[in-house]
Amino acid sequence: MMNRRTFLSSGFCALPWCTPIAWAQTETKREQLMREVSGGAVVNPGRVIVDTPTLADNGHSIPVRITVESPMTPEDYVQRVTILAERNPRPIVASFMFSPASGRAEVMTRIRLADIQDVVAVAQLANGTYWYGQTKVIVTELACLEEVR
Amino acid sequence: MLARIQVPSQARRGEVMTIRISIQHAMETGYRLDDFGRAYPKNVIHTLSCHYGGKEVFRAEMGSGIAANPYFEFYVLADQSGELRFEWQDDSGVGGAERATVQVVT
Repeated sequence: MMNRRTFLSSGFCALPWCTPIAWAQTETKREQLMREVSGGAVVNPGRVIVDTPTLADNGHSIPVRITVESPMTPEDYVQRVTILAERNPRPIVASFMFSPASGRAEVMTRIRLADIQDVVAVAQLANGTYWYGQTKVIVTELACLEEVR
Repeated sequence: MLARIQVPSQARRGEVMTIRISIQHAMETGYRLDDFGRAYPKNVIHTLSCHYGGKEVFRAEMGSGIAANPYFEFYVLADQSGELRFEWQDDSGVGGAERATVQVVT
């Protein structure tokens, strides 16, 4: 019969599956998203410039320009750039695929932001390394105000 | 679906061309409610691709985080005279296409 004493002594609580839960608590949402984008690979800071207005009047349309330092040759080019906004209801905003025929690893678009937050861009290079850059954006009127769920 | 594209009509070989595209689309997030409290279904353009000389040179995959009437500015290396073909599609299966020719001079 299973009682408290036998349950504890069975080593149930020491099982390895308990540890990822504790590990996830120490990992921030941003780290978790970046790990999801890179597939577990290390994401290094640098090389990526996220250019946004510091203060945005309206969260419904915020211009963002992302520039990655890269020669864009067939040996060394940027494959993919992903925009992350961790406090949006859908934090992965968009990803852009480049090729050596792009000439320049730069893209500009307009995004929605649901809160004051850092806009993070993660770049995947052809050599398999990942780099990121970020900029804080202060939004005075937020998008998704109708959200009830 | 209305779209406006801006592609240089002429470029030098090896020059980096600036491409601008703007598509008329509500980019419905799925979080907006109507007068009866029912959510408008999510309907966003999820993919936009650009082919140049039959090869894909740029591709955007997006969600509801892109603002309404999506606008993109990106770059393409001028290589040979040819056609730039843009294609996009939204969640309801409605898509669009647009094309522009560029003359490459040496």
